[in-house]
Amino acid sequence: MQKKDKWPWLSAAILGILVLLPFMLPRFYTYIIALIFVTALLAMSLNLTVGYGGMYQFHHGVFYGVGAYTVALILTKTSWPKWVAFLAGPLAAAVVGFLIGWFCVRLTRLYFGMLQISLGSLVWAIVFRWYSFTGGDDGIHGIPMPSFISSLKSSYYFILAVVTVCIYLLYRIVNSPFGRTLQAIRDNPDRCEAVGVNVRRHQLVAIVIATFFAGVAGVLFVVLEGSVFPDLLFWVLSLEIFIMCLLGGWFTFVGPIIGAAIIVSLRTFVGIYTEYWTLILGVILILLIFFLPEGVMGFVLERFAQGRGELGKRRG
Amino acid sequence: MLKVEGVEKSFGDFKAVRGANLTVERGDIVAVIGPNGAGKTTLFNLITGQLKPERGRILFKGEDITGLPPYEICKKGIARSFQIVNIFHRLTVFENVQVAVLAHQGKSSQLFRPARKLAVEKTEELLQSVGLLDKAYEVAGTLSHGDQKVLEIAIALGNDPELLILDEPTAGMSPEETASTIELIKHLAETRNLTILFCEHDMEIVFSIAKSIMVMHQGQTLLQASPEEVRRDPRVQEAYLGGEVC
Repeated sequence: MQKKDKWPWLSAAILGILVLLPFMLPRFYTYIIALIFVTALLAMSLNLTVGYGGMYQFHHGVFYGVGAYTVALILTKTSWPKWVAFLAGPLAAAVVGFLIGWFCVRLTRLYFGMLQISLGSLVWAIVFRWYSFTGGDDGIHGIPMPSFISSLKSSYYFILAVVTVCIYLLYRIVNSPFGRTLQAIRDNPDRCEAVGVNVRRHQLVAIVIATFFAGVAGVLFVVLEGSVFPDLLFWVLSLEIFIMCLLGGWFTFVGPIIGAAIIVSLRTFVGIYTEYWTLILGVILILLIFFLPEGVMGFVLERFAQGRGELGKRRG
Repeated sequence: MLKVEGVEKSFGDFKAVRGANLTVERGDIVAVIGPNGAGKTTLFNLITGQLKPERGRILFKGEDITGLPPYEICKKGIARSFQIVNIFHRLTVFENVQVAVLAHQGKSSQLFRPARKLAVEKTEELLQSVGLLDKAYEVAGTLSHGDQKVLEIAIALGNDPELLILDEPTAGMSPEETASTIELIKHLAETRNLTILFCEHDMEIVFSIAKSIMVMHQGQTLLQASPEEVRRDPRVQEAYLGGEVC
């Protein structure tokens, strides 16, 4: 249990550094790090269903997009109070998550994933085609933000604060009876049903929670970028966040954060030199499958466990 | 306590169970025997809701539970273990049992309370009673086959069942493990007021602990009677192709 006691200190130290970063880094890097926060939250929300729930949520980007578009549309098309828009984003994502999930939990494994992709692509097609309402492939630009988060630095802190709270909530959820039961469903849904768990309902609740947090990430994306476009709901992005979970370690809590940091950095910095940055990603994935099948964090924890015997075997 | 009346189930053209009847009284230890493919496991799956019967009725404590989903049947007080090891591989031994205890206590959906503080006493008591407490923090997938089969039973007990159904509890175990598991089952039945329904290939075990035996053959119930009567019955001899029943 020693390990657990260290986590609060470690987290506090990291948080302290992150608070100071905008004073030390140029604007561009501040922006990239904020983007990593947003993407990390998105990947973590996906991991609740993939890593903890064992569900093939292949098209998670849709809920990110729904959250982003909801806040963008309300801010540009209505004169409602701004907080309504910020609240409506995650809620809309959760509602769409519920509707799609309601059908998907009736299927298992790959069939779940296939249906998820089809229904998700439907939402993408609507956003992509409905020019008069969503702006089609142009998206929506110059979305007015409340003044307290209109500068890069203030939006950085806003994003940092919201992501920190969300990660804390996800941590609590993962370690709650709900989270533990969810992991049991991942390992063995039939057995779970036999010990008295309503598996479908449990999975659906997990999806709604995950899509809610994806919606939060979508809202934060708008805070950072001030614009939305249909690529947010395109399957390519969904695949990328799926890879983030695998890369970082989908059976660990912080794995997706590391995966998000790696992918966003790759896209940004390798992308400067070549537009074929996905080639590099491909090579990394091949290496990952051969050498780190449990992801980066999985590998680190395993090393950690070897040094400490039984203690480390117990996953948080 | 449990009454199965004329239950039928087919897979495609194959009638796996056609007319099974079974009565289990409170406090009994009842065995279901029969050659391979007689439909024993299918019958158990029909009772606990993994499969839905096409015909017939299943009554538990006088209540019709035919065709209910497994989690509902479990809540009525029937728990089971499986023939092929069926545990939560990535969770620890402790967590395996805790999931069942949490489900039984209706706490599975609590979102923000830390799970490690809940249902601890009950879970540890169960692990103690099956002798797995010293392995509580090992990952279940790394246990030996024998220990995993015992863990199966512990998970089933997590629901505080009145009726415990065990599908070949000693399958694949060494003779020593088998002996200690049988002792464990006897002990549990006595100390926990359990009614037990099980199936088993090892006739020595069956005749040593069962108070009543139901014989299945080609999906049908041949008879249900006391061990002595079953031993004498010519139909049973025939079903087992002469004399395998001692």
